[in-house]
Amino acid sequence: MTVAEAKAQATKPVVEAKNLGLTFRTNDGPVQALTDVNLTIDKGEFVSFIGPSGCGKTTFLRVIADLEKPTEGMIAVNGMTSEQARESRAYGYVFQAAALFPWRTIASNVALPLEIMGIASAEQKTRIARVMELVNLTGFENKYPWQLSGGMQQRASIARALAFDADLLLMDEPFGALDEIVRDHLNKQLLELWARTNKTICFVTHSIPEAVYLSTRIVVMSPRPGRVTDVIESTLPRERPLDIRESAEFIAIAHRVREGLHAGHSYED
Amino acid sequence: MDRTRDKVLPVLAILAGLVVVWYVGAMLLNAPFQRDLDRRAGETRGTVEFIGKTLSQPKPTLPAPHQVAANFFENTFLRKITSNQSLVFHAWITLSSTLLGFVFGTALGIAIAVGIVHFTSLDRSLMPWLIASQTIPILAIAPMVIVVFAAIGVTGIIPKSLISTYLSFFPVAVGMVKGLRSPELTHLDLMHTYNASPAQTLWKLRVPASMPFLFASMKVAVAASLVGAIVAELPTGAVAGIGAKLLSASYYSQTIDMWSALVAGSIVAGLLVTLVGWIGRLVDRSMGARPA
Ligand SMILES: Nc1ncnc2c1ncn2[C@@H]1O[C@H](COP(=O)(O)OP(=O)(O)O)[C@@H](O)[C@H]1O
Ligand SMILES: [Mg+2]
Repeated sequence: MTVAEAKAQATKPVVEAKNLGLTFRTNDGPVQALTDVNLTIDKGEFVSFIGPSGCGKTTFLRVIADLEKPTEGMIAVNGMTSEQARESRAYGYVFQAAALFPWRTIASNVALPLEIMGIASAEQKTRIARVMELVNLTGFENKYPWQLSGGMQQRASIARALAFDADLLLMDEPFGALDEIVRDHLNKQLLELWARTNKTICFVTHSIPEAVYLSTRIVVMSPRPGRVTDVIESTLPRERPLDIRESAEFIAIAHRVREGLHAGHSYED
Repeated sequence: MDRTRDKVLPVLAILAGLVVVWYVGAMLLNAPFQRDLDRRAGETRGTVEFIGKTLSQPKPTLPAPHQVAANFFENTFLRKITSNQSLVFHAWITLSSTLLGFVFGTALGIAIAVGIVHFTSLDRSLMPWLIASQTIPILAIAPMVIVVFAAIGVTGIIPKSLISTYLSFFPVAVGMVKGLRSPELTHLDLMHTYNASPAQTLWKLRVPASMPFLFASMKVAVAASLVGAIVAELPTGAVAGIGAKLLSASYYSQTIDMWSALVAGSIVAGLLVTLVGWIGRLVDRSMGARPA
């Protein structure tokens, strides 16, 4: 790769959606999960997707991940088709449930993508040790998933998504099932991780404070049909202690998000 | 300790009930013949003596439990195991062809399941045939298989174990299709995000997820294999094996021998099913299952 090409690569948006639409064919007729989504996400951004359930947040993440194919418009990931991006292991996906294999220990769950990608076992060991430390799970390598709390399981699944060092992290309500105290803690850890690794993160949530606390940009969505109704740039600094959530600036952004949600008539019923 | 007692007590209670029913049944079923004998001999007996006689005939319609037990004990423990009289000898003959057939059947069942799960065309084309194959009564198939193989010079354990294979592959195939399809959608999606090949998804996800299904179906299959091996011994004029023992005993109305051969068969079946279950639990444990 020449310097010019490398530069072009670096300036390419990580995710680019143009007039993107997806209609599911179901037995009860077509369901328009997404219509006319236009969005560009650059490298190093932390973008949250917020909206009531059924507005297509999961579907959009799955389209980026090439787990669903759009029926209209186009999606590009790292300047490639979403399929090419998936084939080049461009992203790590964190599902709403931890989705650990119950018959594997935590370490060997984290090793799963490395085994599949054919990484040598010595290298696997160092990477596992590194990501286990990153998510604060050192010492739990040989435990089975059922021996860990829900929060720890979700951290293990984040470690698994980090293990193969993809630059893009797709996270679908990863902390949705956890209590608020654990969630605060994990939010803080996630921010630190993002700051340290300079990854691009797409994060689905239905919590306004979570979205505002984490994001550099907040995408507000609304249902029937699923669409983007507002995109809010955060003015918060990158460095964010937990008590930033009491600042006037934070509250102002949260207010804008709430208004965006109302403007989408998303809570009318 | 308490748990074993909780498990053993109900089983023993049922067993005691069965033994009582068996004794009553033996008495009632053997009474007409005994009455006949007594009438011809011109003997009259008290009730207790009469009952005693019904339970100690040499060729009873239904032998009493203690007669079967004595015969079983004698033919199991007091004979040289190489002797044609020994139940251990016969059980071993049947067991060896059961195991051979079971191993083939399990392998075949797994292979069919892997094919069905990976190729929709196989799913559509093969499944109806598999189901049809199991509707043909084994008693009709067994003699044909044995005779056809004998005609081409193949006799002995192979054709016998083929009958076992025929009976055992089906439960394994059905169980494994279910097992290989049992992974959660999220787990399959996860493998897809890693761009895992079908073989990687099979080995790292589908196979481990299918283990409980495999062992449940192997329990059924091993019992079916034993039935297959016994049935295969019936029409062949086999001289050894539990089936052969059953047949020859029935020729000579040696009902006690028949029943003790049946008992031997049930014990072998029980041991096989228990063994498979035990291996299943070991595998489960080694896969990190939460202790129950
Ligand atoms: N596989 C599918 N088949 C049919 N309809 C679906 C499927 N997945 C999602 N949908 C529908 O698409 C809409 C958006 O769903 P989703 O993306 O899961 O919303 P969210 O994650 O925002 O709650 C919903 O109406 C949902 O019922
Ligand atoms: Mg969702």
